[in-house]
Amino acid sequence: MNRKKISNAIEKTMNIIFSLCGIAAVLGVLVITVFLAAKGTPAVKEIGLAEFLFGRVWASTSDNPSYGILPFILTSVYGTLGAIIIGVPIGIMCAIFIGKMAPPRIANAVRASVELLSGIPSVVYGLVGMIIVVPFVREVFNLPDGANLFSAIIVLSVMILPSVISVSETALRAVPKEYEEASLALGATKTETVFRVVVPAAKSGIFTSVVLGVGRAIGEAMAVMMVAGNVANMPKLFGSVRFLTTAVASEMSYSSGLQREALFSIALVLFIFILIINMVLNSIKGGKQ
Amino acid sequence: MTDRRKINDLILNILMYLSAGIISALLIGIIGYILYRGIGHISWEFLSEKPSLIRNTVGILPNILNTVYIILMTLIVVLPLGVGSAIYLNEYATNKKLVRIIELATETLSGIPSIIYGLVGMLVFVQFFSLGTSLIAGSLTLAVMTLPTVIRTTQESLKTVPDGYREGSLALGSGKWYMIRTVVLPSALDGVVCGCILSVGRIVGESAALLFTAGMANEILGITQAVKAGNAGSSLTVALYMYAKERGEFDVAFAIAVILLFLTFAINLAAKLAAKKLKRKRG
Repeated sequence: MNRKKISNAIEKTMNIIFSLCGIAAVLGVLVITVFLAAKGTPAVKEIGLAEFLFGRVWASTSDNPSYGILPFILTSVYGTLGAIIIGVPIGIMCAIFIGKMAPPRIANAVRASVELLSGIPSVVYGLVGMIIVVPFVREVFNLPDGANLFSAIIVLSVMILPSVISVSETALRAVPKEYEEASLALGATKTETVFRVVVPAAKSGIFTSVVLGVGRAIGEAMAVMMVAGNVANMPKLFGSVRFLTTAVASEMSYSSGLQREALFSIALVLFIFILIINMVLNSIKGGKQ
Repeated sequence: MTDRRKINDLILNILMYLSAGIISALLIGIIGYILYRGIGHISWEFLSEKPSLIRNTVGILPNILNTVYIILMTLIVVLPLGVGSAIYLNEYATNKKLVRIIELATETLSGIPSIIYGLVGMLVFVQFFSLGTSLIAGSLTLAVMTLPTVIRTTQESLKTVPDGYREGSLALGSGKWYMIRTVVLPSALDGVVCGCILSVGRIVGESAALLFTAGMANEILGITQAVKAGNAGSSLTVALYMYAKERGEFDVAFAIAVILLFLTFAINLAAKLAAKKLKRKRG
């Protein structure tokens, strides 16, 4: 009888422990949201929302400080767009190749390369960007300094490739074989079948991969910090720029007062961008179900 | 077949081969260049000493140790939490709405960029819990960051355990926890291992989340010091960043990059083997 009581007590305790573990992720999201909101809003209130979001000048350390983050927002948007424009076509073409067209051996080799690329740490991408891409851009376009938005776009477009490729490939392989067979039976070539039948059928998955790429590009900090020049200018393709992520990282170590609070506000803006991207991803998934 | 169709086919094929070629060339180029620049600077002294201003030598032993400490401490926190969470989702949870909320939260966590983890980690662990800039604060931050990975892989593996096992065990009179401990968890072990390896990969490559939580110190710490609040230390990635960006010592940076590449490729291989085993079990 006593043993039964003990084992019942153990069962109950474990149930509670697992429930607590279960809500750990929820707790994590809540804590992140609450802390960012609490730390990020005071500066916005003090500066004024419009002035903060649409101010064109960021001069946090000058005597007459100005906290406008439009340069960072636009740089992040342009940088991400640029990375998508370069990275997505290459990524999707490669996904089609390894998912549908290539002989198994070649497909496996390319797939392994993609996996290895996805494992390379972002600081290593930053280092290679600093030593190869930056001088290359400086030479080719005859600039005084190669650390600019264009270099950042090149590095980012390489960094988003692995997620674009692997997610697109999974989507392409999930398309039922019958679709292809029907198209082939009607006299289409293999290439026509893949591009006109399989790709359209997998378009929601391919779109998901693009959105994931956007998330990766907009959230990348270290690699961008090493190649973008890091001056708070309005974005110019060949100008030194600062992203939302690098704006937070570059001043954090020596900031204080309103400047520091404004950095938290920038992080809050970045967080809101990410939440929007998450919502888009969820709505694609919801639409499929 | 008309000429136009033939040309279209040809162009698309060329573009595909070109894209795949670009990917392979990128990988080979990056690896080759890093090896070329870095491998000559790796020596026993480089691996086994700490940097010394007096002798003007550079060593990365503190950074290697810090990376190991951070991996261990993160896993100690994230494994019970993540596996427990997956067990709850798969075995205990009855409320569909709550499950949906937890899964949504997990997805949200996996989409948050590491710089935000770093910032919030600084606010929560370094300041709020006053751990100071320390390895332990960095590890706790990374534990939250890797939580979704562990939950997802464990959950996937739990789903492959046949319900017959559970029913058999329960029918023999075992309690739920006893059933989970003796039947479900052992059969799902490979998923846990897989999650572990993937987390280690993420931890080794992480830098932005550690910059403001674990700090930039280059001292050799013993294991008892490493778990104490206030003892900062830079991981290999953070050290690479500091050497490259702040000091312009690119030889050191490339040598660290070689080590990081070696580590990430080894982890990639291990993850592949683990995934293969998992797949074989699923049949």
